[in-house]
Amino acid sequence: MIKKILTSVAIATCLSAAGIANAETKVGFVYVGPIGDHGWSYQHDQGRLALEKELDVKTSYVESVPEGADAERVIRQMAADGNEVIFTTSFGYMNPTLKVAKKYPKVKFEHATGYKRSANVGTYSGRFYEGRAILGTIAGKMTKSNIIGYVASFPIPEVIRGIDAMTIAARKVNPDVTVKVVWVNSWFDPGKEGDAAKALIDQGADIITQHTDSPAPLQVAEKRGVYGFGQASDMKKFAPKAQLTAIIDDWAPYYIERVKAVMDGSWESDDTWDGLKAGMVVMAPYGDAVPEDVREMADKVKASIIDGSFHPFQGPIKNQKGEIVVKEGETISDGDLSKLDWYVEGVDGTIPK
Amino acid sequence: MLPRLIKRQAPSKAMVFLSPILALLLTLLASVVLFLIMGVSPSAALHAFFVEPISSIYGLTELMVKATPLILIGVALSLGFRAGVWNIGAEGQLILGGIFGGSTALFFYEKTGFYIIPLILIMGIIGGMLWAGIVAFLKTRFNANEILTSLMLSYVAALLLNLLIHGPLKDPDGFNFPESRLFSDSALLPILYDGTRLHLGAVIALFFVGIGWILLSRTLLGYQIKVMGDAPAAGEHAGFSHSKIIWTTLLISGGAAGLAGAIEVSGPIGQLLPNISPGYGFAAIIVAYVGRLHPLGVLFAALLLALSYLGGETAQMKLNLPVAVTGVFQGLLLFFLLACDVLIQYKIRTSKKSESTFAPAVKSSIKSTSEVK
Repeated sequence: MIKKILTSVAIATCLSAAGIANAETKVGFVYVGPIGDHGWSYQHDQGRLALEKELDVKTSYVESVPEGADAERVIRQMAADGNEVIFTTSFGYMNPTLKVAKKYPKVKFEHATGYKRSANVGTYSGRFYEGRAILGTIAGKMTKSNIIGYVASFPIPEVIRGIDAMTIAARKVNPDVTVKVVWVNSWFDPGKEGDAAKALIDQGADIITQHTDSPAPLQVAEKRGVYGFGQASDMKKFAPKAQLTAIIDDWAPYYIERVKAVMDGSWESDDTWDGLKAGMVVMAPYGDAVPEDVREMADKVKASIIDGSFHPFQGPIKNQKGEIVVKEGETISDGDLSKLDWYVEGVDGTIPK
Repeated sequence: MLPRLIKRQAPSKAMVFLSPILALLLTLLASVVLFLIMGVSPSAALHAFFVEPISSIYGLTELMVKATPLILIGVALSLGFRAGVWNIGAEGQLILGGIFGGSTALFFYEKTGFYIIPLILIMGIIGGMLWAGIVAFLKTRFNANEILTSLMLSYVAALLLNLLIHGPLKDPDGFNFPESRLFSDSALLPILYDGTRLHLGAVIALFFVGIGWILLSRTLLGYQIKVMGDAPAAGEHAGFSHSKIIWTTLLISGGAAGLAGAIEVSGPIGQLLPNISPGYGFAAIIVAYVGRLHPLGVLFAALLLALSYLGGETAQMKLNLPVAVTGVFQGLLLFFLLACDVLIQYKIRTSKKSESTFAPAVKSSIKSTSEVK
């Protein structure tokens, strides 16, 4: 038996050494979670599958890659394997991506949610806060206790933007709303995420929203008879009654566009930050519990964001002390949004420093 | 009648050493079955797992980079396990070493000096020792179970690192993202082979294998460790201090884990992150046992475990196998090792006359594994 294994190993070595040359463009993906998280990594993988369907490319991926010393090895291996473009889909891959990019100047790299770029490293992310404004509108109308529970991952600008956008929108339709935040310090930890949701419901929250990757908080909401929202993907099957809608990250159009650019040689490093208009952020169909008038309001918010007549961060915006920090007629710029580090009025508690 | 386990009079010495190899072969066999069920060619899968990652010099250097923290911690933990001191919290000690070493690197940001790197490593050792010292103090002063205290302190360490990364150690130009600055070149471990990530830490790890070996086989302390683990009563009768052994083994394992942490942050990572270790402190416990609590065995076990991580990545890239296969492989290896150990120490009897029941049998099995020299 052992001999058999060794022989087959030897044969396999010869086979792979011979190699089969093909002209297909190879595209690599690095995921921070398992593709079965039904959230962040799952959606990136959906984008990969759509890409494979649309273009004549060969894709490969590695899932659950820790954001530490291991990331550089995986990314470099992908570059060495002949992938022409590599998507590294988590913030923590920023420095490893740049390090590998320096060693492989001909390979293109696309890093999600980061802020460092180079000649062959571009960045991309979604304006998820636009979706949060819609969630806030629905939550503000539907809460009875006027307390919204927010399961948050890390206190980075991306997450704080979501909390602020949701709070602003909710208080616009219901000024009595407060938002309570629990930090779980993880992107994917179903146990912790669920516990955080339980704690928030125990504190009176009757709407749960989350900025973590698993459906656990929504499942808790379903069990406890309160409402919630799906995150990153349509999570209706995990909470058919509780999900009011979901923010869906649709990476497919972007992946197809960028890989096409690599194939025809027009790829250039840039920073993409797309939202509802470009279809990178998509809203799931409303749940049965959302009444007609609330749907109309939410649709209106969505339409006004898309046509540009409304911005989730347009003034007047007050900080937690109640002081006006953004005047009427002004809007927080993209530059300031990208480093947002303060709560608006209506958020309970302080940002962990 | 249900089969029962009966202790063998004298377990075969050869088998005790062969058991990890036997376990590895059984694991390979089981993985062949697993791959067949999954519809993947076993030869291609095994090739991707065990051959491809180390078929280039770069691959070999990466194997060593991955194995370095496992070797350091695995060797040090074996000393403690031999003495019956169960330090389960090497992960926390590693994190403290990372915090101490990393803070030192950040303190000397944009400064140069030959002393910076040694200082980082020494601070890492101190950090790890400090964390393990708490465990030793609680054990010797209040007889608190070291398994619980060391494990719980790991969670405290992870939160402490988070706190610092979100606070004083945060990159001032980093848009509030939880990362420190990238260390200056003067605080990065020298690379041994250009174009790879093989760093000084690998040499330190190999050196440490030698030290562990000598310590265990040639020194009075090593003798005391073995006696205290095998027969604590005899050891105390001979005048060996139990609390001294607890302190020594915990400080050694804490220091080694702290050193591993400092090496990771100033080596392959190059900055402080919220997660500096993907569980090396816990994986090293498996490494210590697969390596039969012997420094040389630990070296091989660490390389094997590191290879399984690298192989798991290759298998994903080349064959689209899920990451779970890596976990299943590691689980199978440990399962077969424990199963082999039990069958080497015990024989199965179906007769009624057996006097020993399963529960105490397993308990003494754990002990007799540590008797192996």
